[in-house]
Amino acid sequence: MGSSISTGAGEALYRTMVRIRAFENAAEAASQGGVSAYGQEAAGAAKVRGPLHLSTGQEAVPAGVCAHLRTTDYLTSTHRGHGHTLAKGADLARMMCELFGKATGFNGGKGGSMHIADFSVGMLGANGVVAAGLPIAVGAAHAQKLLKTKDDITVCFFGDGAINRGPFLEALNWARVYELPVLFVCEDNRWSATTASGPMTAGDGASARAASMDIAATQVDGNDVFAVHEAAARLVREVRSGGGPRLLHALTYRVKGHVSVDVAAYRDAAELAAALETDPIARTRGHLLSAGVSAATLDAIENAARDEVDTALAIADAAPWPDAEAAFTDVQTTGAGQWH
Amino acid sequence: MSYSEAAVRAIQREMEADARVVVLGEDVGRGGIFGQYKGLQQAFGAERVIDTPISEAAIMGAGVGMALAGLRPVVEMRVVDFALCGMDELVNQAAKNRFMFGGQGRVPLVARMPGGIWDASAAQHSQSLEAWFAHLPGVVVVNPSTPQDNYSLLRAALQCGDPVVYIEHKTLWGLRGEVNEDMAVPLGKARRVRDGNALTLVSWSKQMQACAAACEALAAEGITVDLIDLRTLWPWDRETVLASCARTQRLLVVHEAVQVAGFGAEIAASAAEATGCRVARLGAPRIPVGYAPVLEAQSRVGPEAIAAAARKLLG
Repeated sequence: MGSSISTGAGEALYRTMVRIRAFENAAEAASQGGVSAYGQEAAGAAKVRGPLHLSTGQEAVPAGVCAHLRTTDYLTSTHRGHGHTLAKGADLARMMCELFGKATGFNGGKGGSMHIADFSVGMLGANGVVAAGLPIAVGAAHAQKLLKTKDDITVCFFGDGAINRGPFLEALNWARVYELPVLFVCEDNRWSATTASGPMTAGDGASARAASMDIAATQVDGNDVFAVHEAAARLVREVRSGGGPRLLHALTYRVKGHVSVDVAAYRDAAELAAALETDPIARTRGHLLSAGVSAATLDAIENAARDEVDTALAIADAAPWPDAEAAFTDVQTTGAGQWH
Repeated sequence: MSYSEAAVRAIQREMEADARVVVLGEDVGRGGIFGQYKGLQQAFGAERVIDTPISEAAIMGAGVGMALAGLRPVVEMRVVDFALCGMDELVNQAAKNRFMFGGQGRVPLVARMPGGIWDASAAQHSQSLEAWFAHLPGVVVVNPSTPQDNYSLLRAALQCGDPVVYIEHKTLWGLRGEVNEDMAVPLGKARRVRDGNALTLVSWSKQMQACAAACEALAAEGITVDLIDLRTLWPWDRETVLASCARTQRLLVVHEAVQVAGFGAEIAASAAEATGCRVARLGAPRIPVGYAPVLEAQSRVGPEAIAAAARKLLG
């Protein structure tokens, strides 16, 4: 357990991770049997439809980073954004409603899992396009600098696959040129959709590319929530104090396939088995137990998360569908009504 | 006042009125490559008129982020051809943000991307892509043809709150005309340039000049034309166009963009459906714009071709 962290704070990190895991497990279960983006036959009525990108095994990164953020800080995310959104403080039940496509979801059922967002806590959206969040994040950070919004910052999550797209390089250059208050967080889960990232990536990855642009980068074991928490504490402090952009390169692992219906048969079983040995939730539980936190306390955290998710499922089930007319709202104001 | 000076004046007034308006793009500090930002950085400082790296994806994407965070950015793409380097940021991010996040975010940005044939600039600096953007739910598409319209429509674009694709013509910058700085022109309202009875002629941007010349030639033959400058492609002024078509029962749409799958087809189909009028469209052949004068000329729709198309429609 990190030396600088109290057991109370450790329990809070554990709670965040456990809530993410419980949410995603339930979402995955609710996605079974439906029409998939990968050609599965329609069968029954899946409650969560369409592509569902799970962050199982990666929970330590959003937990450790977002523990240092305020509601007024901005966050941009990837297509694998449930963890980021929950860690930033979004309401779990409203998230489930959105995954169910219900009117009471954050996006009124217009976005679903891939576009999960809660602007009220500064979470500016998951994004269906790899690397698309990076330029948006630097724009938000640029606005924070121009508007002199105290010492608020923007945090930008992206995956290791994103660093091979141009917007990653353009955004890092932009952030450094204007010395923006932005923390880039690479969740390096070693997979780009269904292709291993390593053979597709020249050089030493996100940290090396940041260093080439004179952006200080820190590499960390992304499955050690205390290590992530400690590194993020320093980086967030540096960014908040006007030090310009920083990059956190968190080494983690994508336990599930690219989407929920992808069983990742292309992956070496030994690789997965090794990764499961370092599961961040089990590790954190072990650390907390050895630091003197009781098993009952940790069990209670887990039970509370399951109860919360069960309640959310029931709320989402009972929630109304959007009116068909909602398809015509929030498109644009100028010329509204001229849809044909 | 020139077409480019009118744009400068419009942005200046909006920047004076609203501290959230900022400009970002390549060369804007020096006034832009067409003088369309001249003096603005001196007046408002480098923090509000922001020189950027050659990074269209970052310029457009940062514009989206700025807009979400409370600014009203003018995003300079240099030419419409280069705006394609920021296409995801425009098409998948700016245009859809408000809808897919259920109205949580708004993206009030104006993306300026000069379009059209730019003399001897060949295939990657001469395109007219307005129909692509008109096809895109979530954005406004503006193609001003006069200094007055450039002034008034740019102000309207900055005030409207939706993402705007703002396409000035690369060869209209020096065009001079009277500009009434108090005149407001609403987005989505066409301008009737000439009144006539024989047919309705609809166009926009630089092509309005060729259409006006064609109308003169036709008038000498006793053919009077209802000439309409569409000004805004989305939303487009169906009311004005369709009322005219219902009266003349003949519509010719002319644009500089290639004719195939152009916005002329949209107007022609709408007019035929609504009024049963005869329709015709005239645009460039489906070829990239060539460099040599004789090749470039193949993409130009001139007054003679317009007048000929009008006569054919009347025949």
